[in-house]
Amino acid sequence: MSGNNVIGEAAIRAGCRFYAGYPITPQNELTEYMAEHMRTAEGGVFLQSESEIAAINMIAGASATGVRVMTSSSSPGISLKQEGISSMAACELPGIIVNIMRGGPGLGNIRPSQGDYFQATRGGGHGDYRTIVIAPDTCQELADLTMDAFDLADKYRTPVMILADGMMGQMMEPVIFKKPKPRQYPEKFMLRGAGTGKSKFIRGLLLDPIDSEAHNWKLARKYQVISENETLFEEHRVDDAELVIVAYGTAARIAKGAIKRLRSQGMNIGLFRPITLWPFPEAKLRTLSAKVKNFLVFEMSTGQMLEDVRLALQGYANIDFHGRPGGSVPTPSELANVVARIYNKKDL
Amino acid sequence: MAKTVFKHPESLKEAIYHYCPGCGHSIVHRLVAEVIDEMGIRGITIGVPPAGCAVLAYNYFDVDMIEAPHGRGPAMASAIKRCLPDRVVFSYQGDGDLAAIGIAESFHAANRGENITVIFINNAVYGMTGGQMAPTTMLNQRTTTSPTGRKKELDGYPVKVSEIFSQLRGTTYVERCSVSSPAGVNKTKKAIKKAFQCQVDGLGFSLVEVLSLCPTNWKMTTIDSCKWIDEVMSKEFPPGVFKDEIAEAKKSAEDAPC
Amino acid sequence: MLVKTIFSGFGGQGVLMMGISLANSAMNKGYHVTYLPAYGAEMRGGTANCTVAVSDEEIASPIASEPGCLVVMNSPSLLTFQNKVSEGGTIFINSSIIDMRPNRNDVKTICVPCTDMAQELGNTRVANIIMMGAFIRELNVVSPEIYLKSLESIMGSRKKALAEINRKAFAAGFDYIKD
Repeated sequence: MSGNNVIGEAAIRAGCRFYAGYPITPQNELTEYMAEHMRTAEGGVFLQSESEIAAINMIAGASATGVRVMTSSSSPGISLKQEGISSMAACELPGIIVNIMRGGPGLGNIRPSQGDYFQATRGGGHGDYRTIVIAPDTCQELADLTMDAFDLADKYRTPVMILADGMMGQMMEPVIFKKPKPRQYPEKFMLRGAGTGKSKFIRGLLLDPIDSEAHNWKLARKYQVISENETLFEEHRVDDAELVIVAYGTAARIAKGAIKRLRSQGMNIGLFRPITLWPFPEAKLRTLSAKVKNFLVFEMSTGQMLEDVRLALQGYANIDFHGRPGGSVPTPSELANVVARIYNKKDL
Repeated sequence: MAKTVFKHPESLKEAIYHYCPGCGHSIVHRLVAEVIDEMGIRGITIGVPPAGCAVLAYNYFDVDMIEAPHGRGPAMASAIKRCLPDRVVFSYQGDGDLAAIGIAESFHAANRGENITVIFINNAVYGMTGGQMAPTTMLNQRTTTSPTGRKKELDGYPVKVSEIFSQLRGTTYVERCSVSSPAGVNKTKKAIKKAFQCQVDGLGFSLVEVLSLCPTNWKMTTIDSCKWIDEVMSKEFPPGVFKDEIAEAKKSAEDAPC
Repeated sequence: MLVKTIFSGFGGQGVLMMGISLANSAMNKGYHVTYLPAYGAEMRGGTANCTVAVSDEEIASPIASEPGCLVVMNSPSLLTFQNKVSEGGTIFINSSIIDMRPNRNDVKTICVPCTDMAQELGNTRVANIIMMGAFIRELNVVSPEIYLKSLESIMGSRKKALAEINRKAFAAGFDYIKD
């Protein structure tokens, strides 16, 4: 299955029953998959919205009723969704936002890119909030982590972003879907009409700064708990590595290809792959720097995750960078040449 | 036994309105609450207040409510209704919320024929932000952003929401009323009730536009404001039923095979 | 074992189908596999290509910097990709419509007049399957049985006539190499 279809199928299997989206390349297969399969899933609703803005607010509304929700788009569309993502974070509404990144800024192009790292990991919209960001690098991981994303969103009542790119979306790989966990989401958070009881309201507007500050600190404490408990990463051949590439998603796949080549030429290269981009596995990376002193950050951007790596490693290790922004996808051999140059220069 | 002829609606909390003296919101809030009481739908009603003066509507309505970002109420309401088709879902919007920033969400919810109700407060001005020009501001009307009056060459024309929305095939019931007089208030309540009934009967999208007064930003007394609605605003925005296909919708619903 | 192949040709020549059918049959044999289409803004016309990687271990990069195999169905594709093929690799050429030959002597070239052969079978649209017959015979990644079964499951079982002509086309390509 293609990555886009894998996300859709995993979402439906995880119990997602509301999807709204607006077509944009390169994620249209996902919207089409949901159109075909959501309406046949029991209680499933598919809505093609008039805009990305409407889509994110639709999933916010559906989420408030207690339904598992998802929307998807690609970079320019994700910019439009920021208002709603901020609002969902403020109102503590769970939901999944899929970003199949393309080249930017502006309309950019429709080639795979990783230029939305800042937007995704820094919140993206206005206000003091964070979004959990998950960056798979295989179709199998797309399946597993999409399912897990729904559980995380519920657990912390917060929007979760699946951050992939055009290549992940279009690529096909065999996939085995795991059994989803039963959903645990308390009814008290659902807005379904007051019945005979007290009415509820869900809001993000807190005009009194005392209330608002308290709400912000409450969210901050939640983000702290997430940071401490929910980081995911992969270490690939780091045990004897003298230089470690730090890359995520498609870039990590390219890096693995490069490492295979370099290893066959006798260079001990490893890979550290953050799977959650927020929370960033900072502590793990720093632990690794106890035995490895040379790192190369590799991104399909001009250097965004680079800043997080610097925050983790500055003063602990040497950090180099190689980037290809704007929709250029480097080959493993290109990266291997870059790595080899650094490796030889440092005389490792 | 004495008969109760007037009481506080159950669907309205015992809170004191933050609205300015003379504001039309308080009246319309009360009318909506009375209709919800009379129809016995408090427990199944979900409201979506806007950004604007009515942003705090959840402090007054004693029904489940969820705040929408500016203009997005109908998108949210559409989704809530699709997930909970047996609930009564309404969005409450001002002229900026509906006719400017949220025109796309409102237009397309109407065009999809979402079975929701939109209460649209048209007071020809942006109230909460301090009296700026709205899409519904009258030609030559002075606002803080049209200090010499709205000019058609620069600012375009007042947007006639009821006229436009009644043209959409997705809408079932569209009426414009006014709360500038006791008779108008009674008529508005009837329209709101009809709109909610339309939804309860599953007949599709209903919109009630209410010409409402904003004495503060109009810089008029309440009485002059009422007069201005009747004498000036009503010329541009004539009250009336713009679309009522409730009977047809009912018939086609009955004719439809089960 | 790791075989990376780029399939390339005009849109409409069934180039993506060649990749998908190889990917599926290799998957059904139990290999690790990735299929990566190149996608453009346009829906029709232009050139199409895809990269398929087949391996008995986990595939690192789905991108092929130096594919071991190249299958070209038109001339522009040959020009674009011939210099990428790794030393000792194989280039399959649709010799019905490509007059050029690769500018390299360190690769094996296999010419299959698959468009002409398809015409003889009465359906030019199966040229791609004829080429796949030759490809499978030469590379021996999967058995013809697994390939044809996979192809049928992708095409859907409803189209019996299609399955029949695909079988014939595949056999023609397969035997072309044998001869």
